[in-house]
Amino acid sequence: MSTSETEYLKGKASEDYKHGFYTDIEAETAPDGLTEDVVRYISHRKDEPEWLLNWRLKAFRHVRDRIDGGESIDWAHLDYEAPKFDEISYFSAPKEKANYDSLDEVPDEILETFERLGIPLEEQKALTGVAVDAVMDSVSVATTFKEKLEEKGVIFKSFGEAAREHPEIVREHMGTVIPYTDNLYAALNSAVFSDGSFVYVPEGVTCPMELSTYFRINEAGTGQFERTLIVAEPGAYVSYLEGCTAPMRKENQLHAAVVELIAHEDAEIKYSTIQNWYPGDPDTGEGGVYNLVTKRGLCKGDNSKISWTQLETGSAVTQKYPSVILAGDNSVGEFYSVAFTKGHQQADTGTKMQHIGKNTKSTIISKGISADVADNSYRGQVKVSKNAENARNFSQCDSMLLGPDCGAHTYPYIESSAPSAQVEHEATTSKVGEDQMFYCHQRGLGEEEALKLIVNGFCQEVLQELPMEFAVEAKELLDIELEGSVG
Amino acid sequence: MALLEINNLHVGVEDEDIKILNGVDLTLDTGDMHAIMGPNGSGKSTLASVLAGREEYEVLEGDIHYDGEDLLELEPEERAEEGVFLAFQYPVELPGVSMTNFLKESVNSVREARGQEELSSAEFLQQMRERADMLGLDADLTKRSVNEGFSGGEKKRNEIFQLAMLEPRLAILDETDSGLDIDALQSVANGVNKLRDGDRGFLVITHYERILQYIVPDRVHVMMDGQIARSGDKELAQQLEEHGYEWIRDEVAAAAA
Ligand SMILES: Nc1ncnc2c1ncn2[C@@H]1O[C@H](COP(=O)(O)OP(=O)(O)OP(=O)(O)O)[C@@H](O)[C@H]1O
Ligand SMILES: [Mg+2]
Repeated sequence: MSTSETEYLKGKASEDYKHGFYTDIEAETAPDGLTEDVVRYISHRKDEPEWLLNWRLKAFRHVRDRIDGGESIDWAHLDYEAPKFDEISYFSAPKEKANYDSLDEVPDEILETFERLGIPLEEQKALTGVAVDAVMDSVSVATTFKEKLEEKGVIFKSFGEAAREHPEIVREHMGTVIPYTDNLYAALNSAVFSDGSFVYVPEGVTCPMELSTYFRINEAGTGQFERTLIVAEPGAYVSYLEGCTAPMRKENQLHAAVVELIAHEDAEIKYSTIQNWYPGDPDTGEGGVYNLVTKRGLCKGDNSKISWTQLETGSAVTQKYPSVILAGDNSVGEFYSVAFTKGHQQADTGTKMQHIGKNTKSTIISKGISADVADNSYRGQVKVSKNAENARNFSQCDSMLLGPDCGAHTYPYIESSAPSAQVEHEATTSKVGEDQMFYCHQRGLGEEEALKLIVNGFCQEVLQELPMEFAVEAKELLDIELEGSVG
Repeated sequence: MALLEINNLHVGVEDEDIKILNGVDLTLDTGDMHAIMGPNGSGKSTLASVLAGREEYEVLEGDIHYDGEDLLELEPEERAEEGVFLAFQYPVELPGVSMTNFLKESVNSVREARGQEELSSAEFLQQMRERADMLGLDADLTKRSVNEGFSGGEKKRNEIFQLAMLEPRLAILDETDSGLDIDALQSVANGVNKLRDGDRGFLVITHYERILQYIVPDRVHVMMDGQIARSGDKELAQQLEEHGYEWIRDEVAAAAA
């Protein structure tokens, strides 16, 4: 797909989003707190089939027990107040009413970034949830887009729609990679998930375009508990893009998403994320999003491949470990990550590669950059089971510090029960060298230009894994993030 | 006209009680090629660094005029924009930063300062190819990250390549000839000679008389203990090659006594 076409679709799709197809269901909010009634209410409001309600209820009982048992997650290198689960509202229907009445109410930092990214005014409004009154006919674009996918038999729908229209596929796969018992936030998500994406690529099909949440039609606010499921049948290929470079101010502080990927024999799933949610007030960190996500892929069939690529620059607190279970023989798992933290941001990210099949191979490249008083941790686990003969892993975790008051930490865990396995871990921490900066200055580059160049170079290995246009946006985003981090 | 005028330059290390340059005087006219020789640790690289604006050095006394302007007033990047170029003795690696990106930013920043238009990508790449060719630089090097994993000699050639791309008015070469093989030395010298014209000036720091056979200097200076202990024409380099530095030291001591 050409860039201009993509741009066009992006624009159009987001226009759809802002006008919404939801005029008939003006917002209503469930009562605060996590109760069975709330779960039933959500399921009812979403018109879900019985089996899905039951699935939610099972998860609900489990998570209720865990919360009542006083569980919290305190092993990560993070410092924030645990969410008060009984004070959260777990359902708010997509609203026609906007978050803001005009752009004047949107925080300045966000508007400035929009300016830099060159995002058109109308789109700015959509992204920040400002009421828009322009009316445009974009149904035809949406239809062409849908037709293209339908031709190939690719299903790309909201999770709710898919559960109603393709119950057998959804039911067969959901929760098989991340069971509701997996962790507190995954359990919570399973009980009260709002919506998300569903992708199904049939056998032997290469998805004809990069799938982006931008394009998904009928996407109303996916809410704080997003749920995504991607299934690639034997020999299928799909590349999925999540998020965007524009800063997103979320209504809710707590975001606990679940993303499950399943790759059958010879299938490949490439999942790319750019996350730039509101990090909170730069001086106090107040009001920022807590992004606590469970992402896992299952390389189910032989020769399957799953790769995660992410650029994390937003949120006050980020905790996520996109993982791959390498069950099929010769399967491949990859994790490429750049996490940039500044101000009061905290990130604890990493991955888990679980080698089960023979000749399985995993690669981990993690780049952490911290500025100001931010904290950035890498936590990675490589587990090789007894039968994973000739399993191979290569991990490289590099941290870069842009000031004296920020922190970087690396926690690699390696567990290998297969004698033939080869596991390699390298870690470095560096400061941007005076020498490097001076070298750049001597070639006519100012402070900011030099820093951008050096940091972009540092992230190059990861950025080059992103799909082309996403990579360009990612670089631009990094540049913006670096502005004001100089000195 | 004097392109560079250094008067009684005293330099120390910031926040430390170390003095390195003890009253350097040197004038370089436009069109001139001067060589600076001198024992290890005598202050040659320090002088080069101060000219380029490295912050760790503190100017304690004296002044430097470049093209009539007070050079010390300018930030390092401004000096670069004004046409001061330093070929580093130890070029720095910039992992992941592609040569093309780096040079493009660099060239355009310098062009902008000169009031020239930005080069288009095509023009830029064309120029890169030409200059690499001229210097016998392996085109593959220009596709890699800046200096990353370059051999010692490759790094030196890359400095001259950048010099050729940036077309500075004052080029300071800090031991660019050290570590170059014979062919490389020739192509570097050829490159420098091609850039030599009535408007530019060169300061070539070297330990070896050999390079001065290819790029013949108008003057040769000997730096000792942070001063120019002696200056002469190209014959001086020949003398140093044969007799070393001790005789100059003796002469300086005798003169002082
Ligand atoms: N930042 C610094 N801190 C402390 N001492 C320094 C610093 N920079 C230079 N020096 C000292 O100043 C002296 C001159 O160093 P400089 O690098 O200028 O010598 P040079 O003439 O270039 O030598 P060479 O021929 O070995 O390259 C040396 O003794 C060196 O150790
Ligand atoms: Mg030196």
